[in-house]
Amino acid sequence: MKSGHVIEVEHLTKKFGDFTAVDDISFDVRRGEIFGFLGANGAGKTTAMRMLTGLSFPTSGKGIVAGFDVWTQSELIKKHIGYMSQKFSLYGDLTVNDNLELFAGIYGVPRHEAASRIDELLGRLSLSSEKKSLVRDLPQGWKQKLAFSVSIIHHPEIVFLDEPTGGVDPAARRQFWELIYEAVDEGITAFVTTHYMDEAEYCDRITMMVDGHVEALDSPARLKEKYGASSIAEVFDILARGAVRSE
Amino acid sequence: MDSIVIDSLKKSYRKNQPPAVDIGGILTISKGELFGIIGPDGAGKTTLFRMLATLISPDEGTAILESLDILRDYREIRTILGYMPGKFSLYSDLSVRENLDFFASVFGKDVESSYGLIEDIYCRLKPFEKRKAGNLSGGMKQKLALCCSLIHSPSILFLDEPTTGVDPSSRRELWETLARLKASGMTIVVSTAYMDEAGRCDRVGMMKAGRFLAVDSPEDIISKFSRRLAAVRSDDMFRLLKDLRCMADVEKCYTFGDTHHVTLKKDAGIDAASMASILESEFGHTGVYVREIKASLEDCYMNLEDK
Amino acid sequence: MKEFSAFVRKEFLHIFRDTRTLLVLIGLPTALIVLFGFAISTEIRNVNVGLFSKSPDVFLSRLMEKIDQSAYFTYVADFPSETAVDEAMRRGEVDAVLMFDDDFSSKMFSEDGAEVSVVVDATNPNNASMEVMYLSGIVSEYFKDDIMKAVSLRMPGGMASMQAGGGLEPNVRMLYNPQLKSSYNFVPGIMGLILMLICSLMTSVSIVREKETGSMEVLLVSPVRPINIVLAKMIPYFVIACVVLLNILFLTIFVLKVPVAGSFFWMILVSVIYIILSLGIGMLVSSLVKTQIIATLICGMIFLVPVMMFSGMLYPLESMPAPLQWLAQIIPAKWFIEAMRKIMIEGVPVRYVTTEILIMTGMAVVIFAAAVAKFRDKLD
Repeated sequence: MKSGHVIEVEHLTKKFGDFTAVDDISFDVRRGEIFGFLGANGAGKTTAMRMLTGLSFPTSGKGIVAGFDVWTQSELIKKHIGYMSQKFSLYGDLTVNDNLELFAGIYGVPRHEAASRIDELLGRLSLSSEKKSLVRDLPQGWKQKLAFSVSIIHHPEIVFLDEPTGGVDPAARRQFWELIYEAVDEGITAFVTTHYMDEAEYCDRITMMVDGHVEALDSPARLKEKYGASSIAEVFDILARGAVRSE
Repeated sequence: MDSIVIDSLKKSYRKNQPPAVDIGGILTISKGELFGIIGPDGAGKTTLFRMLATLISPDEGTAILESLDILRDYREIRTILGYMPGKFSLYSDLSVRENLDFFASVFGKDVESSYGLIEDIYCRLKPFEKRKAGNLSGGMKQKLALCCSLIHSPSILFLDEPTTGVDPSSRRELWETLARLKASGMTIVVSTAYMDEAGRCDRVGMMKAGRFLAVDSPEDIISKFSRRLAAVRSDDMFRLLKDLRCMADVEKCYTFGDTHHVTLKKDAGIDAASMASILESEFGHTGVYVREIKASLEDCYMNLEDK
Repeated sequence: MKEFSAFVRKEFLHIFRDTRTLLVLIGLPTALIVLFGFAISTEIRNVNVGLFSKSPDVFLSRLMEKIDQSAYFTYVADFPSETAVDEAMRRGEVDAVLMFDDDFSSKMFSEDGAEVSVVVDATNPNNASMEVMYLSGIVSEYFKDDIMKAVSLRMPGGMASMQAGGGLEPNVRMLYNPQLKSSYNFVPGIMGLILMLICSLMTSVSIVREKETGSMEVLLVSPVRPINIVLAKMIPYFVIACVVLLNILFLTIFVLKVPVAGSFFWMILVSVIYIILSLGIGMLVSSLVKTQIIATLICGMIFLVPVMMFSGMLYPLESMPAPLQWLAQIIPAKWFIEAMRKIMIEGVPVRYVTTEILIMTGMAVVIFAAAVAKFRDKLD
């Protein structure tokens, strides 16, 4: 693995019976970048992400995440990455502090460090006053910010964000992205899927998946140039139109 | 002709808490209008939909749908209304066709008699008629759900965040369908978190804390926006964001695709060129690009938030 | 009507798509009945017998030897006191004890005769009655043949006094199940449990599921009368309950070969009343709760567990403290099980179960009234 890469994927393939969900994809993710992972529903994003996070084995191909092999070291991968999904954020019936302590424990943050990290994290989110509130009583936007902070509480090398901002209004989405920027500024690599094409513009590089293939991979500016489009949304349309797989 | 008249609706879930919805005054939506509602989570969008759909009773006020009162005539309203709730999931153990047949018979219709209305959506689903709804992808589920809410040719259609988690192509298809439905005279009220979608509505209501802060056509909302706005870019976007917020003339700065948008203070005398030179000389940015721009609907929303 | 039948059709589809649950519903009662049926063996073997007599007696030791020789019994211990007998029986070390009078031998030849008590652990009533039969057979044979022969040989006068006196008087005492209730009592118990499970738990969970997934919102905003949505949910479960009922009756008669004594018409009628009552409970629960897990817990803890506790399936009701016995009176299954037991096992005419039928009908009316009153065609 090259020193500048956090993820290296070569010819990664996943089949479910006759159906090839992810078809021979290869790409690298550089350390400290925001890597956007786009594609229509059913293009194979979730399947690819599951393989990279050690949740499922590929059918064939090579993958190295944070220095560990997806075939043999999936448990080590899980320890060295962060993961946040819009579908699961935090336990609503526990307080903010309970949740943080729980996840600090799960991610193996040393006990004596946990308290100070939690305080620092809450301070940064200006949520110190809500330490004892139940998570379910917080507004959705705060919950998502909290969930993101939890996913990087153990300072992972890379954090996977699966549609982190679904159903959130434009203002809250921006606040969320500033957190991603901040984390990346501290050296964490972000791997993001999103359906918001303006968010794709925030990424350093983006991958477009169509029918299980990587159809394009470049910086947003260069992709726009290449396809003669004024926005990533247009690029998406041009590429997705070629899709044959009907979801 | 008015299709929907909302008259000072108010609803609180718990005592000692601010009401979830509190619409002072009267809001009318005319027949064949496509009305969008945008607002943050917890603004009261779903509560408003549920009240209008006669699912919950308001504490105060009322609303009239097609001359029917949501309190008195709720049974009649339920026959003319199509409603797709935000978390609506179909019966995942039934096939596509079984779902559709079921909802058709719930409304005393058969699929054939209303097929014209859903044809352009359903033709995409037709190859999967026998597939279980649970095995469809997000976009397909959304299409099927829309078919099921349209199967009885309602005169009013409520869609609560129909495009959350749906990819851009499917979203566009949905909005093309909505445009066709609108053309057929259907009144449509839709909530969304996507500002580009809001721009496709005849009028948009920006909702926050249970109230409408502004109700207007997207064009009017934009033309009423009086602030000066600039788009700024540099090689270090994250530092740029922080630096811009430190500048004296900047009131608000937020990310906006590949640039940051900056709202200038009312009396700010700074122009694009001088802003660029400050960023270069004082903050040491490279690759600086600054241009004054016209506001988009999203800019209006971002600046509305603070009021 | 068309809408209604569409609903019923949809519910059947849900049920048949979920083959696993359906198999459990049909398979569980079958398995329970067959298992219980095998557990009740009508053959006895390895019965541990003890002896209680205050004075050692050569007659008695020879008797016990004889008992020990039989294929069914093992002579395990002598007990010095009644409390020792009781303790050993509680610990399960001994199944039957022969208790003899203080000076048994001399009394036997007296005018009043002697007494032998057979004390049996009747937890398993079938076995207990068999044990008593066999034991008293061996005992009386022993005294009649062996002893008398010996006595008449040695002292011919004795024979006369024996015949003049009372002779041997077996006195049977059953412990732990004094009425020797039939072990087939579990059949009505299982019926009470399974029918309640299908009708209240399954119905309420399936209604609440629609609330959880959001489809209830869509159904409410439709011209269908909301009460029909709920009634349509009940019909498939009513049908399944009837199938299960017939299945249980079939197994009881043809596999367990229980001598069903009572009238089939009344058995089915009582069951149908109980099924309707359970459906009402399911509907009431579903209108009160919002999540499937709460519906399951309420049905399970409030309605199913008491069926097991208070139906006499596991513990005899008579041995419970009074407050628990009062509590049992409000458990619907208790009345059902009692009525079924009377009709099915005891075979009494229907006029003896009118109380149970009336109470169940009353409960059904009250619960349905409450469920309909509680039913809301809005969300709040």
